[in-house]
Amino acid sequence: MHPVRKQRLLIVCFIVVFSSVAAGLVTYGLRGNINLFFPPSEIVAGKAPIGQNIRLGGMVVDGSLKRSTDSLRVEFEVTDNRATVGVVYEGILPDLFGEGQGVVAAGKLDESGVLQATEVLAKHDENYMPPEVIEAMKEYQEAES
Amino acid sequence: MWTWFHKFGSPPWLYSIAGSILRWLVPITVILLAVGAVWGLLYAPPDFRQGNSYRIMFVHVPASVVALAGYYVMATAGAVSLIWRMKMADIALRSCAPIGAMLTFLGLLSGAVWGKPTWGTWWVWDARVTSMLVLFFLYVGIIALYEAFDNEELAGKACAVLSLVGTVNIPIIYKSVDWWYSLHQPASIKFTEDSTMDGSMLRPLLLMIVAFYCLFASSLLLYMRSEILRRESSTNWVRKLVLAKAGQGSANAV
Repeated sequence: MHPVRKQRLLIVCFIVVFSSVAAGLVTYGLRGNINLFFPPSEIVAGKAPIGQNIRLGGMVVDGSLKRSTDSLRVEFEVTDNRATVGVVYEGILPDLFGEGQGVVAAGKLDESGVLQATEVLAKHDENYMPPEVIEAMKEYQEAES
Repeated sequence: MWTWFHKFGSPPWLYSIAGSILRWLVPITVILLAVGAVWGLLYAPPDFRQGNSYRIMFVHVPASVVALAGYYVMATAGAVSLIWRMKMADIALRSCAPIGAMLTFLGLLSGAVWGKPTWGTWWVWDARVTSMLVLFFLYVGIIALYEAFDNEELAGKACAVLSLVGTVNIPIIYKSVDWWYSLHQPASIKFTEDSTMDGSMLRPLLLMIVAFYCLFASSLLLYMRSEILRRESSTNWVRKLVLAKAGQGSANAV
């Protein structure tokens, strides 16, 4: 390769490496702020501010969902298998919301450590299966047990 | 050794080779897109949780994947343009930007339409969605920067540097769902282990990804051809080409 071009190649490499290091340092510095939500264990550990808008993310605990009979108020618990945080919400839940499913709730923590949510979003996982396959898997598991 | 490479610097050669590639690439693209769309939208089974709304994936995933890959094509053209000062690399860079911007926009739009029924919101400022928005601004920024210069050589140089700086965003987008807590789910198609998607859905999805790669390639070649004609409009070979076409046209008319 021509020496002039070799020098330009070095400049190109320098641009890529230098900008990557810069971006890496920025994202490292902001790493806490890039997370969309706090897992319950961090909230229980007191890492989330009380009285400010935050988001909580995790799985809805099986059997914890309580619906009010005369309003849209719901109560449920969110867990990351290490800690559990209660959530109170009044409003319409997304279709994919359910016990044992992922959820992200936004709102403020009250003094007793319960999240007073103003928005609840469903978080789905990366598994895609036809309904027949799920049925077959369930039948297989039942036959096993 | 480098002669094959330097051929790419010749506008008439690139123009004609792009034309002969397009002759078979365009029909292949149309067929793949049609087969993939019908397979994914009509014949693939519904998802056990999302029902039919997951089918937006057959547009969302290919558009986003090719938007990321297209950025590397653009940045590579930028590097070639900086190192070899090749005009045709500038043309490739300039042609990648609007196509990549369209694909990124399609990815963001289809993601919003998919997010409403599944997540419960059109938009969320999580790491994946935000970094994808940055990619869109990078593509649009390249177009704007290019048009801001009167001198095309200078414009090519500035855009090449911007495209190289922007490459850092691509691994960030790709790994954002693993590095940070996000609402967007992690990737279902995995390279090192089994994909977490049933084969009956994965096969049409992979076909659609191949179709979108072909769509990107044919759009890029078409755009480059028109860009070559525009820049070389005062040269002899273009004049001959136009006269030949015009001669054909009038002969047909008679």
